[in-house]
Amino acid sequence: MTKQVQQLDRVIIRFAGDSGDGMQLTGDRFTAETAQFGNDLSTLPNFPAEIRAPAGTLPGVSSFQLHFADHDILTPGDAPNVLVAMNPAALKANIGDLPRGADIIANTDEFTKRNLQKVGYPGNPLEDDSLKEWRLHAVPLTSLTVRALDGFDISKKDAERAKNMFALGLLSWMYNRPTEGTVKFLESKFARKPEIAKANIAAFQAGWNYGETTESFSVSYEIKPATLTPGVYRNISGNQALAYGLIAGAVQAKLPLFLGSYPITPASDILHELSKHKRFGIRTFQAEDEIAGVAAALGASFGGSLGVTTTSGPGVALKAETVGLAVTTELPLIVVDVQRAGPSTGMPTKTEQTDLLMAMYGRNGESPVPVLAPATPSDCFTMALEAARIAVKYRTPVMLLSDGYLANGSEPWRIPEVSELPDISAPFTTEANGEDGTYLPFKRDPETLARPWAVPGTAGLEHRIGGIEKADGSGNISYDPDNHDRMVRLRQAKIDGIDVPDLTVDDPSGDARVLVLGWGSTYGPIAAAARRVRAAGHKVAQAHLRHLNPLPANTGEVLRSYDKVLLPEINLGQLAMLLRARFLVDVISYNRVRGLPFKAEELAAVIGEVIESV
Amino acid sequence: MSDSFNGGLNGKGLALIPRTDSKQTLKDFKSDQEVRWCPGCGDYAILAAVQSFLPELGLRRENIVFVSGIGCSSRFPYYLNTYGFHSIHGRAPAIATGLAASRPDLSVWVITGDGDALSIGGNHLIHALRRNVNLNILLFNNRIYGLTKGQYSPTSEIGKITKSTPMGSLDKPFNPISLALGAEAGFVARTMDSDRKHLQGVLRQAAEHRGASLVEIYQNCNIFNDGAFDTLKDPGTRDEITVRLEHGQPIVFGTGENERAVRLSPTGGVEVVRRAEVADGEILVHDAHNPDPSLAFALSRLDEPAFEHVPMGVFRSIDRPSYDHLLNEQLATATADKGEGSLADLLHGGDTWTIG
Repeated sequence: MTKQVQQLDRVIIRFAGDSGDGMQLTGDRFTAETAQFGNDLSTLPNFPAEIRAPAGTLPGVSSFQLHFADHDILTPGDAPNVLVAMNPAALKANIGDLPRGADIIANTDEFTKRNLQKVGYPGNPLEDDSLKEWRLHAVPLTSLTVRALDGFDISKKDAERAKNMFALGLLSWMYNRPTEGTVKFLESKFARKPEIAKANIAAFQAGWNYGETTESFSVSYEIKPATLTPGVYRNISGNQALAYGLIAGAVQAKLPLFLGSYPITPASDILHELSKHKRFGIRTFQAEDEIAGVAAALGASFGGSLGVTTTSGPGVALKAETVGLAVTTELPLIVVDVQRAGPSTGMPTKTEQTDLLMAMYGRNGESPVPVLAPATPSDCFTMALEAARIAVKYRTPVMLLSDGYLANGSEPWRIPEVSELPDISAPFTTEANGEDGTYLPFKRDPETLARPWAVPGTAGLEHRIGGIEKADGSGNISYDPDNHDRMVRLRQAKIDGIDVPDLTVDDPSGDARVLVLGWGSTYGPIAAAARRVRAAGHKVAQAHLRHLNPLPANTGEVLRSYDKVLLPEINLGQLAMLLRARFLVDVISYNRVRGLPFKAEELAAVIGEVIESV
Repeated sequence: MSDSFNGGLNGKGLALIPRTDSKQTLKDFKSDQEVRWCPGCGDYAILAAVQSFLPELGLRRENIVFVSGIGCSSRFPYYLNTYGFHSIHGRAPAIATGLAASRPDLSVWVITGDGDALSIGGNHLIHALRRNVNLNILLFNNRIYGLTKGQYSPTSEIGKITKSTPMGSLDKPFNPISLALGAEAGFVARTMDSDRKHLQGVLRQAAEHRGASLVEIYQNCNIFNDGAFDTLKDPGTRDEITVRLEHGQPIVFGTGENERAVRLSPTGGVEVVRRAEVADGEILVHDAHNPDPSLAFALSRLDEPAFEHVPMGVFRSIDRPSYDHLLNEQLATATADKGEGSLADLLHGGDTWTIG
């Protein structure tokens, strides 16, 4: 039977199943195949905080969404074109996001009376008319897999567990993905269990063959490779990019990296990644708590390392006092906050932008810190390197605000040439800088206001620093009122004076009257929304802040150049408050705090309303 | 224990720290800062003892770092002309951990008090000890909060009347030695602010021990808890209650008819008995190098209740690999196995594809 091949420009697939069904792995493999094929792509994993929630229940559903296209794309997509539902819970949890006419591939084997009851289905939706508005492909994935693996020397349970590879094979056929990568991956993943490796590969191939032969699937699709900027690419998640950016920062600063960290979702993968790279001289220290993590990092910085701590919001709250110590002792330190839904424990695996004000002001006293926020998963590399540059050049703690969406999302990344990366080294001080050969640890560089950095082991520069207010210059303890006022202002002026690139505005028409502004991980949905608005014939300018403290010098000027400024944030208007206070501009906030990224469609509608109101 | 631990540094805990050829004196370690403890504070005696003992180590001054937390004792680093970091309450062991782990060429000293180390910083203390970070932790125990003006501390006796406990404190105190031994610290000792010879002797052993050393120093706060250790200082009572621990020596103390000895008790601990009532062979011989900390722990309980007899000296001194040594060994192993890291190779790792 010759099957029809249909051309598409983009597709959104969502794999959904029980948290033990291997959906994240299935999604990762499909992503790797798609990246290899050369499509542009963007991914959004969505999983419960529970490692193994009760099987077959709604809270136990784990999903992975992948958007891929023959052109450059900006988000993991709003609504899936295809839902793979491994059980009734996965169907029920995701059907609401599925537009009419989309494909549903459901594993009929799991639609048992008991599983249906668990999630409150009165009957079997695969057998009544309730799904008639979708294109339903009812496939007994489990039993087909078990049958395909008949003859392998593995348990029935292991055979059943390979059903995700059968599903992957089927989808790989549907979208004409290359398969060599997955075969190789399985061989290496199960290198110590060759029979399991062979079985998984067989299940994967059986899934592909099933697509090719069964009548249930009459069409396969082709999405041509995207034309991206020439270069060498790899697919990368935000956490991995951030870890690589920290390594690059240490290499380019010519300093050993010291990571003090305590495991916390969704930041732990940065600790895991950095702990693999010891041959870069990286010391990773899993501390007894969040405070010890940052304290050890600061102690290492005092000794001449690039001290880093990685955490999420609850951890930042605990680290505040030590960050204040880093502010006043003026030592380099990077604090990575992979933001998650709060307050308190909140929703650990869900995303939010609610730590901005904490990063800015969440310490006692006047204690300014630079704040940076990457815009996309791969931008985590660039901004981690930028954080290292600022920390070392200005001898200051730097807050780097990633979030759960960036951390786990992935996209193709054009790998930079190491020769393109900036040299950010700032040599230690080895000579006395005071009269009569004394060392003044707080005698500042007149241009950057940074203090010298003399590390233990440097003869003649022995000195003491600490949390008590220091006399300008000498660094001796001082309670002098005028000295304190001067030091407070000097520390503020140092941060205010950090060199930050200007804010660039994307306004193809050149005469838009509405600006849509964002920061951090909302870049993708905002830019995709702006495209939609422009495609519909309207004009909108877009700008995105990655430096939040200090703000780019032209920020006020940009804001005042538009009749209206719209600022979508996944919080209740934290940046809006800062901009209103600072520039007296009546920023229009759009806020949703659902633990999920914005959708492009949603933002396009909001932008449209603002344009209409002008 | 094997000599391979700590790179063969057994008994040579200072081997990785650069030494000086020039002769040092007490003056070299005095900073230009005015010392501002209350007149009569025990901290003066400890400072003087440390300043006059440091030259003996023969280390380059720039390779010595004092890190402190918050409290009266934590002003200590300002008065020493070495590198110093006066940090925040309770966190000195954690800050010093990052420093010592990344700089094995430094002699790192933590100065802390009973409030700083055992209340707010209790967690960091026990973890620094169990990890065996190469630190010398000097815990000044005056059994009171001084800098906040006289509240009871985690080592104050039950029933202590203070500003915050007008009807007496309710909580049982920590015994810092028992706590440190419970955390399996490799070097645990107790000494006294006013006994310079003993203090310096203990400090020397602590310095030479590679790994975490905890030294509890009884220190008199003459403002808020004056005389807390008088019975251990008064020549009339001192020798009757002080149990001097010396490795390899039978544990006996007291004078004349009051001479007593320590022996194993039928309940599995140790007990104090009249010297005359025990045969020589029954007297416990102190073994500070015993890998099992149980007997050292039992000895640490001898001052219960209420200072009846107080062991002083080195409870435990055993060799085990220090954290910095193990950490840096992993770095060396990773580099030896795969070569030094290349940033370009790292970035190009995994599946890549080329466009254009």
